[in-house]
Amino acid sequence: MIKNHPNMATLKLEIVTPEAKIYSEDVDMVTIPGTEGELGIYPMHIPLMTQVSAGEICARKNGQDHFLAVGEGFVQITGDRVAILTDMAIRAENIDEVKAEEARKRAEARLAEKLGEEELASVQAALLNSLTQLKVKRRQHH
Amino acid sequence: MPSTRDIRRRIKSVKNTAQITKAMQMVASAKMRKAQQAALAGRAYASLMNEVLAATTAGAGDFSHPLMEQREVKKRGVILISTDKGLCGALNTNLLREAAKFDKNTTVYVCAGRKGAQFIARLKRELAAEFTYKDVPAFAEARAISKFAQELFLSGKVDRVDVMVTHFVSTLVQKPEASQLLPIGKLHALEAGVSGQHAPQELGAASREYLFEPDPTNVLGNLLPHYLNYQVFQFLQEAKASEQSARMVAMKNATDNAKQLIKDLTLEYNKLRQANITKELLEITSAAMAMG
Repeated sequence: MIKNHPNMATLKLEIVTPEAKIYSEDVDMVTIPGTEGELGIYPMHIPLMTQVSAGEICARKNGQDHFLAVGEGFVQITGDRVAILTDMAIRAENIDEVKAEEARKRAEARLAEKLGEEELASVQAALLNSLTQLKVKRRQHH
Repeated sequence: MPSTRDIRRRIKSVKNTAQITKAMQMVASAKMRKAQQAALAGRAYASLMNEVLAATTAGAGDFSHPLMEQREVKKRGVILISTDKGLCGALNTNLLREAAKFDKNTTVYVCAGRKGAQFIARLKRELAAEFTYKDVPAFAEARAISKFAQELFLSGKVDRVDVMVTHFVSTLVQKPEASQLLPIGKLHALEAGVSGQHAPQELGAASREYLFEPDPTNVLGNLLPHYLNYQVFQFLQEAKASEQSARMVAMKNATDNAKQLIKDLTLEYNKLRQANITKELLEITSAAMAMG
């Protein structure tokens, strides 16, 4: 295989959170929910630094699509590498729908109660996380 | 003078205590290793964050941000990271002694961990919030604390935020120390892990030119809160590692003391037992002589 041929080139997609490296694989292309709209990235992309909003990442590898849910973060793109820095990331197949739904309900119930400022922030973050996970999971079913 | 039975009973109870402290020592040492490993798992995040920071600061040039605003310090916020449980030697005592040194009229405390919150409440100082964190701190917990501190700072309620935490120097040595969190001074490189070394590293140079979307100033501005979140996360991890190693050492001392006590008590028990036998023999022989 000729490594540098544009049609054959792959991207190294890395997704890291403070707790672990969630994803590190060679992919053909990747779609990222940027703050300025959806970004589709192919190999040989120009170096770019931008922000990611909470949503769904789609990585295409050997003609198959893999989905991941991510939280807010940043992405660093070079010609052969896409590195995503985020608070939360989880592979679609690892999302437990029941658990995510429960977490969402719990977060909503907590929001309905009277909360101190400090709790509010953490509950809102938890809610956003579980909503993103649910969205990604549900789309897979259809 | 205690009877042999009293001493036997005491030996048994001390033995039980020794067994418990020994178990706690084992648990603490396992948890300490876990805490250190968890801290190392963030290495990829830290190095990527450093790259992004280096590239954005190079792109942004002269940069100012509300989180970097230097003001005259009229009110100071202190994030006090203590433990939830005791039995960790002098760890909390040392930490809280340092924490009490801040001027009580101009300091607002934000506590993580119950011991600190109880202490601040007992001293009747201003406690803005109390957070909890688990044995292996989750990033979400750190984010909540960091967000709260940023809001305090941005709303002007405090003009400076320090983090008071027990730094992990080695398994035997932990040092309580305050470090400044806000306003952000010079950005320095993040480093994952609880190594004990705390010389801030310079940010490396950007490896190449990047395009920014929307623009470097914007990206850097949004990056700063994440930079702080990760710092707080590291503080939590370090506090946990310190706590577990302090507990491990305290429990080892307790086990050693209990063993020494068992030895002393056994000696005393044997002496008493021999004295009793001698006494009985004397009684028998003197009775025999009187009869004879």
